[in-house]
Amino acid sequence: MSQTQARTALVELSDVTKHYGTVRALEGVSLEVHPGEITCVLGDNGAGKSTLIKIIAGLHGHDGGSLRIEGEETRLASPREALDRGIATVYQDLAVVPLMPVWRNFFLGSEPRKGVGPFKRMDVDLMRRTTHAELLRMGIDLRDVDQPIGTLSGGERQCVAIARAVYFGAKVLVLDEPTAALGVKQSGVVLKYVAAARDAGLGVVLITHNPHHAYLVGDRFVLLRRGGMVGNHTRDEITLEELTRQMAGGNDLDDLRHELRRA
Amino acid sequence: MSAAPDVTRAPSEETTRASGATASEERILHGSPLRRMLARPELGSVVGAIAVFLFFALAADSFLRAASLSTVLYASSTIGIMAVPVALLMIGGEFDLSAGVMVTSSALISSMFSYQMTANVWVGVGVSLLATLAIGAFNGFVLTRTKLPSFIVTLGTFLMLTGMNLGFTKLIDSTVSTKTIADMEGFPAAHAVFASTVTVGGVDFKITIVWWIALVAVASWILLRTRAGNWIFAVGGNQDAARAVGVPVHRTRIGLYMGVAFGAWISGQHLLFSYDVVQSGEGVGNELIYIIAAVIGGCLITGGYGSAVGSAVGAFIFGMTSKGIVFAEWNPDWFKFFLGAMLLLATLLNAWVRKRAEAGK
Repeated sequence: MSQTQARTALVELSDVTKHYGTVRALEGVSLEVHPGEITCVLGDNGAGKSTLIKIIAGLHGHDGGSLRIEGEETRLASPREALDRGIATVYQDLAVVPLMPVWRNFFLGSEPRKGVGPFKRMDVDLMRRTTHAELLRMGIDLRDVDQPIGTLSGGERQCVAIARAVYFGAKVLVLDEPTAALGVKQSGVVLKYVAAARDAGLGVVLITHNPHHAYLVGDRFVLLRRGGMVGNHTRDEITLEELTRQMAGGNDLDDLRHELRRA
Repeated sequence: MSAAPDVTRAPSEETTRASGATASEERILHGSPLRRMLARPELGSVVGAIAVFLFFALAADSFLRAASLSTVLYASSTIGIMAVPVALLMIGGEFDLSAGVMVTSSALISSMFSYQMTANVWVGVGVSLLATLAIGAFNGFVLTRTKLPSFIVTLGTFLMLTGMNLGFTKLIDSTVSTKTIADMEGFPAAHAVFASTVTVGGVDFKITIVWWIALVAVASWILLRTRAGNWIFAVGGNQDAARAVGVPVHRTRIGLYMGVAFGAWISGQHLLFSYDVVQSGEGVGNELIYIIAAVIGGCLITGGYGSAVGSAVGAFIFGMTSKGIVFAEWNPDWFKFFLGAMLLLATLLNAWVRKRAEAGK
């Protein structure tokens, strides 16, 4: 494991374990997230990617190992706490509330307010203006921020969620399969924003099962299989071919190829 | 926070509303005012209300008189006062089947406390407020703790309250109704607040109409302009997403149930102070009428969508239909048929609106 002592990682997991009853969901997983870098977590379905996210996002506590945020060992009690510590998570399915207008979604959970006492209200003008401006900066020109966010394309919705995290000063951005449900072109658009967030100085955790997408933007690669960690590489240690091979199950793939060969 | 990433080449140069069609890569919905109006949750109910109004204006000669309007508004307000918080609760994604009998419970608590303690009726009114809010909080608390569906939780409360209303009344007063409190201290003032009649331009209007309008205004303000309103929509629309961005989902839900309890308190006090006595078996079945008013008014039964104004229009349709049939001198048995047909039509329209809102992928 590459232990960079020179600077403290934004988030560092070492030897983290999580059990659900008798099921071993995650065991001995370590990863680091640094500012301006993208750490990719790769794994097939059921490899433990979602569990890992839930631990970083504060939805579940870990059972063993340690979670350090900027060097300080912690245990996150709720998503709110994770957010307060600068960790924003964008989920594939539950990033947004489809029937709500874009601007309401953008500020959900962190609404700016004005006025005093019982007349304290949301600063709707500011919310509308900011949403439009922030999305424009991401390259999405919405004419109507009042439209339900469900009317946007999947890629755009991911981008709104990313823009929201960046706007609210997240230091770490956790992205759960942002490209899984998208077409090639839309995936490209989303990856562009992931890179943009990185360039803005955020540490990014990118969960994916697509090694091609991971290798396009990633600086570190953590490979999971059946709850365990089977690889932890920096970019200069591994090639796309090797990453793809390991991701697909290494020798399993060779066996499969052998089996599928035409007689 | 800022540090504009340079990858973002704003496509504003190419998509400045010059062409209506496909200037940008992403699809853009044309936000014409007409379309936006079509997407309002109340639209269906407003169209329905106009149709019902015209229908009875033609069918019943007396319908257009000011006194009839006052009667219709009174009938609407007694339902509307409860339909407002019930609509908010439905936007938040839940039901309250105990809302109907909770009104009776609230009236009974107020009446019996004042009578038994020989206290000023305002003491009873205050105790009733606390007790009713506690019932609402209980509903919300059990729901959020057990994660059982609200249908089951509030069905349980509904049955328990129904039993308690009858049981306690018989135990204390030996009959199914309470003793009159009309001669007690504070009654005239409480009657003025909850059950008086205001004369405007020679026409008598019940005070409940004022309560109703005030509740609609406050609820609309909460929904559209406050943080709590944003949370209500989010909790009903996608509670996992809401939780993930830090919305206090449980607190919002419990608050919504307490809102219903608050409505039940106002309705209950109206019931008590307009008749002096309370029949302990009343209220059963009304919970469905509140829900119907909310649904006709554009609330989605699945949550996340609707408005307080819509629930008011729904209640107004209810009032017009129930009284209009009387003015037209028809058999009132037909009322339920109209209500059912209206509910079906409204739900179909809502489903269509939602499909439009969620399409576009």
